[in-house]
Amino acid sequence: MSTPLPASVDAVEALLGQGGYVAERSLSTALFLALKLQRPLFLEGEAGVGKTEIAKVLSATLGRDLVRLQCYEGLDVASAVYEWNYARQMVEIRLAEASGDRDRNTLENDLFNPSFLIERPILKAMRPHANGAPILLIDELDRTDEPFEAFLLEVLADYQVTIPELGTIKAPEPPIVIITSNRTREIHDAIKRRCFYYWVDYPSAERELEILRIKAPESPAALSREVVAFVQKLRGLDLFKLPGVAETIDWAHALLQLDRLALDPQTINDTLGALLKYQDDIAKLQGSEASRILEEVRREAREAAKA
Amino acid sequence: MTQAAAPPLARPLPDEAVEGGRLAENILYFARVLRRAGLPVGPAKMLRAVEAVEAVGLGSRKDFYWALHAVLVNRRDQRDIFDQAFHVFWRNPNILEKMMSLVLPMMKGEEAGEKSDLSQRVAEAMAGENRGEDGAKAQEETEIQMDMALTFSASERLQKKDFEQMTAAEIAEAKRVIRNLRLPISELPTRRFSPSARGGRADMRRTMRASLRKGLDMIDLKRRKRRMRRPPLVILCDISGSMDRYARMLLHFVHAITNDRDRVHTFLFGTRLTNVTRHMRDKDPDVALAKIGAQVEDWSGGTRIGGCLKEFNRYWSRRVLGQGAQVLLITDGLDRDGASGLSVEIERLHKSCRRLVWLNPLLRWDGFEPRAQGIRALIAHVDDFLPVHNLTSLADLAQAIGRDRVEAQAEMRRWRGLAA
Repeated sequence: MSTPLPASVDAVEALLGQGGYVAERSLSTALFLALKLQRPLFLEGEAGVGKTEIAKVLSATLGRDLVRLQCYEGLDVASAVYEWNYARQMVEIRLAEASGDRDRNTLENDLFNPSFLIERPILKAMRPHANGAPILLIDELDRTDEPFEAFLLEVLADYQVTIPELGTIKAPEPPIVIITSNRTREIHDAIKRRCFYYWVDYPSAERELEILRIKAPESPAALSREVVAFVQKLRGLDLFKLPGVAETIDWAHALLQLDRLALDPQTINDTLGALLKYQDDIAKLQGSEASRILEEVRREAREAAKA
Repeated sequence: MTQAAAPPLARPLPDEAVEGGRLAENILYFARVLRRAGLPVGPAKMLRAVEAVEAVGLGSRKDFYWALHAVLVNRRDQRDIFDQAFHVFWRNPNILEKMMSLVLPMMKGEEAGEKSDLSQRVAEAMAGENRGEDGAKAQEETEIQMDMALTFSASERLQKKDFEQMTAAEIAEAKRVIRNLRLPISELPTRRFSPSARGGRADMRRTMRASLRKGLDMIDLKRRKRRMRRPPLVILCDISGSMDRYARMLLHFVHAITNDRDRVHTFLFGTRLTNVTRHMRDKDPDVALAKIGAQVEDWSGGTRIGGCLKEFNRYWSRRVLGQGAQVLLITDGLDRDGASGLSVEIERLHKSCRRLVWLNPLLRWDGFEPRAQGIRALIAHVDDFLPVHNLTSLADLAQAIGRDRVEAQAEMRRWRGLAA
């Protein structure tokens, strides 16, 4: 069953909360605008800050279908929009030949008939859905190349695609489009201009704690606090790749699997791989640096408790 | 950061901003301020901003802020400009009359402590909106303030390079040679296809369409092949004092490459790193270089190769080194910082790109020995090491870069042996 679209920023915030997504007010505002004014939402940010998750949560809480297009270099119309089932078309031609009734016009119509059409994500999103307009997630758009971006412009402007043999297929109502990018290259302004833009930042300590409470409920409160404080400290360091929220959650799960109730330097050393993904970063942190940060985290926690 | 902006957002919007239907007008003024500050805000965006504010309503200043933000900001680095402009503008929207009195106290306040400084771009944009009678006076005061904003650390030698000093003969000669210069960096296969009579793969889409046209009596197999494309190129060019004699020529060279192909990013470095890609795109090399001369502040100063590479690795590598980029590093490898941190950073750079080519003007001497620390650190991690000191070597470069990979590897082994 589909839920009606939220009518205010507060309603969006509540909706995301219901789906277990702890959102900044600013994100709720951008999302509300995208829903209300029926324009795509363009989410940019470092890896692992929960960009893709927004689309999933939205799909779950609104009860809409999620159509996902994962982008990669060389993504083309055949794998993004539609493809004809050539093998079946060949068989059809052979059958027509064998039976001898070869009226060319009907054969042509038969060959390019929707039943031979293989629908890919973008075309799927243009089709009517029982639960209302679907959510079209265009994930990691920065991985494609410029020609695909240009094609996307047309789709996002009119929410329609053209198949030469069938004509234009227009969405009965515009899908809810969410575009994400890790910014491995700049997306052209022409795309961004059509969207509401939002930069997804690393969350504050309170928010991250809240996220951890929801995503790793088994984790004791004391451990979660230490984990979050430690990760927040790491983000202030000079690392090549800072840990995202996804890494924080992974790390908490890893610690739980090891039955740790509190951090200690040895455990941190052993589990750093869950948090940092570059050897240089791990080497920088291993040993005394990790203990120093842990010490700092503890001291600050004590001071905060006293105050 | 935008999070830090929370307290001022708690205040309601001033009444005069909203009342009497002047809101839309004020939003337009605000958009114009942003445009002067360099944000790409066109009429379509202005209209959309009004639309967005109507949708969100004026119940909370925070929602109002983020609604405008969602429309008017397009890139992460525009956020600070937006944030500052927002807080100054919407504190009192009678901006045209009162702007300067708002800007000045704020900027004076910053001498005392470390308050968030109003970026020069915003200040200038606001000043531009001031057209009152006392405009001239205000303008004067602004300039004084701007001077303050322009004080940089004394350790850097700040010189604006005057490109017009180049003699006409020099320009003509350089242009002539450089115009014909092409870098035959080998093309890479992409995952896209183009029709080709002798391609290795069947193109079913075209095959079906073509046979339909012929009435399906014959199915004539169409073929396709992989499309080739030149990989992105990133140029890191040293403009420090020791490179002074070559910089002008090299920039012409870089300009020629930039305009010959797409996906070229150019960075200049001395004591700091500057992205000059946008200026390099200008078709006229003189205009391009003049713009760069105005932007770059560390001409002919010292070199901090390690520090600049670190900055590149941290802030740019993930944004410009995607899709198999090659890097041209143009430097003499002489480092003011005694090559501190250089080894780590060049290794990181080498691992992040497809091929790293080092062009060194010092290599013109036959007796060149890789003895300086910086040079030794660099040699250990580059794929190619080539001279670049005069027009002839520039012309040869094209050939050298295109040479066989095995040959380049043997050459690099020799250099590493010398450096060890």
